[in-house]
Amino acid sequence: MTKLGQWLCGLALLGSAWAALALAPPGLQPPAPLRQALLPLPVYLLVAFGCYSLATVGYRLATFNDCEEAAAELQEHIKAARADLRRRGLRL
Amino acid sequence: RYSGIDFEIIIIDDGSPDGTQEVAQQLEKIYGSDKILLRPRAKKLGLGTAYIHGMKYATGNFIVIMDADLSHHPKFIPEFIRKQKEGNFDIVSGTRYKGNGGVYGWDLKRKLISRGANFLTQVLLRPGASDLTGSFRLYRKEVLQKLMEKCVSKGYVFQMEMIVRARQMGFTIGEVPISFVDRVYGESKLGGNEIVSFLKGLLTLFATT
Repeated sequence: MTKLGQWLCGLALLGSAWAALALAPPGLQPPAPLRQALLPLPVYLLVAFGCYSLATVGYRLATFNDCEEAAAELQEHIKAARADLRRRGLRL
Repeated sequence: RYSGIDFEIIIIDDGSPDGTQEVAQQLEKIYGSDKILLRPRAKKLGLGTAYIHGMKYATGNFIVIMDADLSHHPKFIPEFIRKQKEGNFDIVSGTRYKGNGGVYGWDLKRKLISRGANFLTQVLLRPGASDLTGSFRLYRKEVLQKLMEKCVSKGYVFQMEMIVRARQMGFTIGEVPISFVDRVYGESKLGGNEIVSFLKGLLTLFATT
């Protein structure tokens, strides 16, 4: 199954469970407090995911390694390689 | 030479106007044509076809793909090899996002785009690898051949598709943190066009794999 397929199945499952409980006809309704919490749940989850995303990307951005030593080392290696190649007869 | 590892270098140049061919030819004379294999192409073709073209001449059991502009440092190759032996991996992927991997030469905006795109990719594709758009990787030769038959995308998405398809086909992937030093020569640009085509490619992979 494709990732899209997995998402659609998952959403369909959760969506129908939520609809069955939250939008049930008067005879089959779960108790009032449960219904009050259930109704806005999808929006809450969306917002929670949004916050998680921002926090995660923000954290990863802040901890993105800056390879200063690697850049400096590379310059050294380039110099050494150039000298070595020149000795072996390379002309740039 | 000193490491005891048997290797050859295959250089594929599509007629770059900066004198690459001449330098490569001199290197071939210096190190021998069993070590340096020049396989140029007449005109500028894509990266995917470059892989296919290069593979035809590869005689080893493993293939390391890397950028030739020194943003990928060869010093990581022994680490790739060590990692591959450690877990008998089919693919070893260099990652800029884990361990002490990282980048030099990117401003905040570029880093944000990179992290944001990677996060979106992780959420949608759950690929099991931390860096999907990187192009510094070690492949078992047969694995690379099989993947090239299946992959159809271009650009950044091509690198992503390789990993996603590899997972699909049951290949194992190991990771090695690498440092990516950008803009050693020339400029690094990430335009709106590339972002749009990345998103299109990501959604295509999302819907088809």
